[in-house]
Amino acid sequence: MAEFFSMGGYGFYIWCSFAMALLLLVIEPVWLMRQHKVLLRQLARMSGINDGGES
Amino acid sequence: MAINWFKYSSPASFYPIVDKSIPWFMGAAIVLAIAGLYLSFFTTPDVLQDQKQYYRIIFIHVPAAWMSMWLYIIMAIWAVIGLVFNTRLSFMMATALAPTGALFTFLALWTGSFWGKTSWGTWWDWDPRLTFELILLFLFIGYMALHTAIDDPRRADRAAALLALVGVFCVPIIYYSVQCPDPNSLNCRALHQTSSLRSIESSILTSMMVMTLAYWMYSFAAVFMRLRSIMLEREKGSDWVKEMIGRIS
Repeated sequence: MAEFFSMGGYGFYIWCSFAMALLLLVIEPVWLMRQHKVLLRQLARMSGINDGGES
Repeated sequence: MAINWFKYSSPASFYPIVDKSIPWFMGAAIVLAIAGLYLSFFTTPDVLQDQKQYYRIIFIHVPAAWMSMWLYIIMAIWAVIGLVFNTRLSFMMATALAPTGALFTFLALWTGSFWGKTSWGTWWDWDPRLTFELILLFLFIGYMALHTAIDDPRRADRAAALLALVGVFCVPIIYYSVQCPDPNSLNCRALHQTSSLRSIESSILTSMMVMTLAYWMYSFAAVFMRLRSIMLEREKGSDWVKEMIGRIS
């Protein structure tokens, strides 16, 4: 296991690259999903459908 | 032709398609990425020609660099279609592509930097390919900055589209600059290695292609996620948005 992560001594370079890829490719969709939810809620409030309805 | 393509050029009829396709693209991206990572680490040799294990950065670096160029070209094509036909959906498409394009460009530079440190001994060099990839990143960021800086959305669309169009010159430079005819000449010196795709081992090629497909699926998902928000935001006064909001809330 440790041998796998050391990648023949190049672990630092390999994992820094893969970690950045993973980080960005997870953050972007999560952020976009949140943004969309907020927008839908905003539009619903604007159209007045939720006024007086369930909270 | 029985299909009326112009029907889908309106946000009202395109929105449901985009909305429904996102989970499929994201699912495909995750499955392909897991398969691609497995192939990259467990089926490939530890040494590639003169390069040791660090060459494995190739599996996320090369596909990211390809995506950065493809996404830029696609963004420029939508910008041109928008400028020619004045279709609002085309501009929205271009705007939705820019941040994901910037992400892949940054990723190509970041991973390339780690690969460069191991194989060339330097994090950065003003090699033509690297330099123009950096300019590509600035073009994506410039597109976004220009678009947000102009208040009137129609004018912002046209100005940013023009910038996207002008910046297209970067892509062939990035692509061809490594095939410099005389690498020893001072005028044209490329440090970046040329493509060795034709001579590469099939396991490496397969892993790279699976990762590329994963990036494509991811790009569809991310761009469509952004596009649906842009469509709602820009068309919030229209009947179809009100109707849709009424249906889901």
